[in-house]
Amino acid sequence: MGKYILKRLLQLVPVLFFVSIFVFLIIHLIPGDPVEVMLGEDDAAASQELYDALRKQLGLDAPIYIQYVRWMGNVLQGNLGQSMQTGEPVWDMVKARYPATIYLAFSAFIVGILISIPAGVIAAVKQNTPLDYSAMGFALFGISVPNFWLALLLILFFGLYWRVFPTMGYVDPSVNFIQFLWHLILPAIVLGTAMASSITRFVRAEMLEQLRLDYVRTAKAKGLPPRAIVSRHVLKNSLVAATTAIGLQVGRLFGGSTIVETVFSWPGLALLVLEAIYARDYPLLQGSVLFLAFTYVFVNLIVDVIYHWLDPRIQME
Amino acid sequence: MANTTGNIIAPTSSVRFRELLEKVSSGLRVILRNRLATVGLLLITLVVFVTLGADLIITQDPYQMNIIDRLSPPSAQHLFGTDVFGRDIYTRVILGTRIAMQVAMGAVLLAILIGVPLGAFSGYMGGRVDMLIMRFIDAVLAFPGRLLAIALVAAMGANFLTLWLAIGITSIPGYARVVRGVVLSQKEKEYVEAARMTGESEFRILFFQILPNCIGSLLVLITLDCAHAIITESSLSFLGLGFAPPAPSWGLMLNEARGYMELGPHVALIPGLAISMTILGFNLLGDGLRDVFDPRQYDK
Repeated sequence: MGKYILKRLLQLVPVLFFVSIFVFLIIHLIPGDPVEVMLGEDDAAASQELYDALRKQLGLDAPIYIQYVRWMGNVLQGNLGQSMQTGEPVWDMVKARYPATIYLAFSAFIVGILISIPAGVIAAVKQNTPLDYSAMGFALFGISVPNFWLALLLILFFGLYWRVFPTMGYVDPSVNFIQFLWHLILPAIVLGTAMASSITRFVRAEMLEQLRLDYVRTAKAKGLPPRAIVSRHVLKNSLVAATTAIGLQVGRLFGGSTIVETVFSWPGLALLVLEAIYARDYPLLQGSVLFLAFTYVFVNLIVDVIYHWLDPRIQME
Repeated sequence: MANTTGNIIAPTSSVRFRELLEKVSSGLRVILRNRLATVGLLLITLVVFVTLGADLIITQDPYQMNIIDRLSPPSAQHLFGTDVFGRDIYTRVILGTRIAMQVAMGAVLLAILIGVPLGAFSGYMGGRVDMLIMRFIDAVLAFPGRLLAIALVAAMGANFLTLWLAIGITSIPGYARVVRGVVLSQKEKEYVEAARMTGESEFRILFFQILPNCIGSLLVLITLDCAHAIITESSLSFLGLGFAPPAPSWGLMLNEARGYMELGPHVALIPGLAISMTILGFNLLGDGLRDVFDPRQYDK
């Protein structure tokens, strides 16, 4: 187990390298002169001093590989630079936004699991019945409806027409936990639905596959009731296999939360990415993208380790 | 002499064509037997026709604003009503199909053009080349795709080219992996050896003998990737990072609808339905194609 984790950690090195290069390059992908873009053309022309200062602060005056080494050195020391807008250290801003993203991802995960596993199991056990069809219909709906439209629909009905849930905003759980949950419900449902639909399909397919295997026939032959076969054997094996599908989706909760956080004004890291984009605050953009990407990579690592722990037969490729 | 031997082993082109035709029609039969896949095929056929014939079926100027007539519900004059600027939603949704399909086609084409050769060489060469390419692919996969697209478009600005790049890049690993898998499983087969003996170049063997084996899996991937590309484009436009107003992009239309849903729900319902039906079509067709080409494989 320890060896496996070590191996996976080593595999992360090139991945993190790639992520860091990409994030570093964001600033160089800006067409034209990034400093001018950041300052706005008027300011850049107005003050050569300001222009030079910013250019220096961003380190754009050195050759590109030196810029990367410097930037990476700073990142490794926890220095993500300063926001162009507020002057605050990017690291502090990212840290402040992190909890909201985690809360949302975690609750979406709970929503996703609570829907998908029962739905997938029931669909498989009751194959080709109305129950199966409705579960699969739901899954198809969840895959085909883009999450921003689902969000708008939920806001329209639950927020504007029936006024059940607040349509936007965030309350810190330490301030008012009930209000926090109240604000969390719609975003968590939206983010959880996409996840639930693909896992439902996976669990159903996996269960059907397992139900055809020899051990099920043996269990039937020795007189085990169908319910026990499903709950004691088939379910367990299917869920182990479903871990990979679940893991893939957990990563997506972090990568895909941009829309949900924007629509519901949920002040998480993904919304910070967008705020940085709108404000052309490139150091902040780099910092927040880097952090989100790292989270995604590490969540995937954890999922792999759990998978290996559940089923030690899984070999390294 | 070499030619005659080649003809004995490799079927002539007319035979091949007939075989291909038979395969296509038997595949079509499998799809048509599956009711959901048929629905998918119909939806996508509709989308394709709307894309090609958009100019013939629009009824108004998509950019013509009319402040008096804003947010009016569906009527004979405005089939799907008007938006917050009084523009005809029907016309804009129809033209939106064209934008969505253009982005999807370009992104998928880009992913194929890079992913297929990458996977083919990786599998065929093996060894170090293979390892290097696969590590690169893993690294791309390890990056959250939506975030990658957002960051790229934010930095480079949005136009067709940057959208193709930003969306296509995340699809490259899929093609590379599928092709590599097929090449690995085929390259030791006897027919490859036979082709080599007839003096065909390695390049020709790889692209004309081995690669046709992955067409099925590629078709499945292409269908699902089109859905993915359309969702990503509309998400980016919805966030205000895609096409700039007044482009009739579905995502942008929903973005503009956000503040006015209560006054005229149709502004949010109709573009969303257009996106969902298109995605649904691609997903259903993709599932159907998977049944045709790879009956044992189930959901990712």
